[in-house]
Amino acid sequence: MSDGSYIQRPNRPLQVYAALFLIVLYVPILFLPLFSFNASIYVRFPLEGFTTEWYRQLFQRDALWAAFRNSLSVALTVSLITTALGVLAARAVTRYRLPGQSAIVTFIMLPLVVPGIILGVALLVLISRLGVPLSLYTVTLGHLIVCLPFSVATLLPRFEGFDRSMEEASADLGEPPWSTFWRVTFPIVFPGVVASFLLTFTVSFDEFIMAFFLSGTDPTLPMYIWSQLRFPREFPSVLALSSMILLVSFLMVFLALWIGRLGAVDTRSEGRVE
Amino acid sequence: MSLAQDDRGQQRAPGWLARRLHRSETLRGWVLLSPTALVMAVGILVPTAILLAMSFWSRQGLDFDTTLTTANYARAASEPIFGAFLLRSFWISGLATVLTVLLCYPMAYFVAFHIHHNKMLWIVLITLPFWTSYLLRVFAWKVILGYEGVVNSGLLSMGLIEEPLAFLLYSQAAVVITLAHAWAAFAILPLYVSLEKIDRSLLEAATDLGDGPVRRFLRITLPLSLPGIVAATFLIFIPTTGDYITPALIGGPDGAMIGNLIQLQFGAVNNWPMGAALSIILMLWIAAVGVAFLIVTRIVKARLA
Repeated sequence: MSDGSYIQRPNRPLQVYAALFLIVLYVPILFLPLFSFNASIYVRFPLEGFTTEWYRQLFQRDALWAAFRNSLSVALTVSLITTALGVLAARAVTRYRLPGQSAIVTFIMLPLVVPGIILGVALLVLISRLGVPLSLYTVTLGHLIVCLPFSVATLLPRFEGFDRSMEEASADLGEPPWSTFWRVTFPIVFPGVVASFLLTFTVSFDEFIMAFFLSGTDPTLPMYIWSQLRFPREFPSVLALSSMILLVSFLMVFLALWIGRLGAVDTRSEGRVE
Repeated sequence: MSLAQDDRGQQRAPGWLARRLHRSETLRGWVLLSPTALVMAVGILVPTAILLAMSFWSRQGLDFDTTLTTANYARAASEPIFGAFLLRSFWISGLATVLTVLLCYPMAYFVAFHIHHNKMLWIVLITLPFWTSYLLRVFAWKVILGYEGVVNSGLLSMGLIEEPLAFLLYSQAAVVITLAHAWAAFAILPLYVSLEKIDRSLLEAATDLGDGPVRRFLRITLPLSLPGIVAATFLIFIPTTGDYITPALIGGPDGAMIGNLIQLQFGAVNNWPMGAALSIILMLWIAAVGVAFLIVTRIVKARLA
């Protein structure tokens, strides 16, 4: 690539715009941690001093920790199942030429764009018609639907860049299919599996609208936060809790995108040749 | 994983199914795909079918009368409040969509054409907030736009205003801003992909043949990135039309949208069949607007070519 080309000449206004864009993207979120350390019950300027009181208070709330454990178990279950299903689907779609497979992939991606409220009420109607009581299990089902597209979207590029001759070589050299899978296939797609697991875990842990319609008496963490939002007095502790959730989410997603993308980039160039 | 198990199964028990699986690649593919397809069918198709059925029922005390009637749809058509909410939802999310695509286009352009190293890092940076809790990002805007929030108290303590600006929170503008901010990543990705794909030699050719930067952009870059613009528009417009959290936390009475009305039917009003009918109507309208939009872009594209 000729860097001196006039098209790629640095464009000062565009650089300024990009910087502003990132600032506007991140600053609103950063107000949450900023005010979580503010020594005032009111979320407003001027700041009144530094405190970790709100964080300390979080540890005395049993309801919060119960909700946290609920979210943790739902997110773990959901991420394990969706990643397993995502691996199967990605493998099936890339390894075999199936009639109508693009329609099926589109169908799997549907929850990405269908308004969450419609998926939520539709599942609610089904579950109540079946007479199943709302519980963390029904939330888990809802999260499966929401998270599967993310898993498949993360894993597909991984499997697309996959060179089948590696598997064939392994088989020719006498490896049985099972050991070919573990020694050849799995290591190649492993970064995608990790990325999918981290992403779906985060999405499920943070998901609100499905939980809103489908949870019974046990709230997930976002449901707990929602219930606290009605009381402005609780804002500082919600800010503290939100800041911690955001920090962990950011780290996990950054890791996931990094692991997933890195692999996808160097295999894509090979995949394009086909 | 199950592929390997299938293969092993064939060697051990060469039954009918195993022989079929061995011979037919397609069948093996379908077997692999079936668990995922099944979960999605159970999670989407079946519930939607029941939702559709319920929209033709009516409420009877605490239970439902399952004789089919179009009363819910007739009511939705005759009472102006439903149409008004739908129209307002389209208006708000249409504004948010246009704003998001307009603001994100230069950013996607910048990353596609002016970033040469660490492109992935930029993409990750831009999409990172999108993955974190939607609820918390909306909550952040509530904190910012609130009556005693960041903006108002900031302006007050700087002495720029005498009284808090009341219109910031609980308004349509607040909802539009929050939606645009929350869905930016959804616009950036398709825009970036379509811009990145543009053959750079076309741009050089246009320049060599005497096009200035503006004409070059209008004649080459913009038309070629049209698929990305269309995709971004869809990806934002459809989910935001039915959004519930943002209008509920930020919108107030003026910014309430169809999602809030649907939730009410399943909550306080407790008229599930009406809620089901509203959900179906929303889906149909979204589909109709989508098709209309597609046709318009086809025509525009044909004109440009």
